[in-house]
Amino acid sequence: MAALGAERRDYPAPRCTELTLATIALIVAGGINMASHIPHRVPLAPAWGLLAAAALCYAASWAVLARAEGFAWRRFWTVFRWALLAYAVSAGMIEYVFIYDGVRGATLGVLSGMLALFALDVPFSIAYTVARCAAD
Amino acid sequence: MPVKGLPIVVAVIGGLVAAIATNSYWALDFYHVVGGGLWTAIDLFVGLVIGPIMGSLPPPARVAFSARFMPKMSLIMPTLVTMTLGAGWQLARHLGFLYVSGSTHHWLLASYVVVGVMAIVALGLLEPANIAVLFELRKERPDPAVIERLMRRFIYTAGITGVMQIATLVIMTRLATI
Repeated sequence: MAALGAERRDYPAPRCTELTLATIALIVAGGINMASHIPHRVPLAPAWGLLAAAALCYAASWAVLARAEGFAWRRFWTVFRWALLAYAVSAGMIEYVFIYDGVRGATLGVLSGMLALFALDVPFSIAYTVARCAAD
Repeated sequence: MPVKGLPIVVAVIGGLVAAIATNSYWALDFYHVVGGGLWTAIDLFVGLVIGPIMGSLPPPARVAFSARFMPKMSLIMPTLVTMTLGAGWQLARHLGFLYVSGSTHHWLLASYVVVGVMAIVALGLLEPANIAVLFELRKERPDPAVIERLMRRFIYTAGITGVMQIATLVIMTRLATI
């Protein structure tokens, strides 16, 4: 079993954890920026900037992972699908609350973008961590 | 996953929904104080007491402890966090803390940052490690090296979580006495 453990880790692991952490950090920063202005008008430029930076980090994590050799893709997709389902439900409920509370227009647009990225990034992080420790 | 614990989680979350829907000041305060107190205490206890003890145990003992500890934590912590934050937000609305012009607003902002840092650690590091440990434990012969590597994240992040929880205690006691 120890030999199998060594076999799993003899390829260089892609550095995705840092990128997924950066994505979450940027989304959380955007959320704090917006929440700090509630219930007044929220200036959207910083929020759009943080969302764009988060999207770039998320895209970079896929790009880095796509080039990884010997990665357990089958396990990755299995975990990613189920985690995505869970986080899509969670993000959907939060989105419903925003709409229910009367958030509209560009504010809703940037919040929806952040929620979508949150719902994609956390499953990626979970699936990556599980697959990194597994063999297909 | 401890399936027996699920009805308790459902009951607790159901009570939270009822507290928010009825906007009961006592129920919201109860959920926020009880949830927050337990969250802080468990985080500090795990980080400062359980973590160092685990670090000194031989690997097979660590694996045996993790196998029993992690599934329970995967139910307890999300429930406590949901209780605390859901009731806390509604309580802040109730008390007028959300208004930017309010004297307490900067303390509230500080609490957003503290919760934000804890969310980054929890969602980006701890939850993936927790689930990966559960996957490893489901195997016929779990690899202790993999579990140990993943569990190290809990020890590394204990300091950050501890500082954030102490900051939470300062902010919340200040807010309650302004």
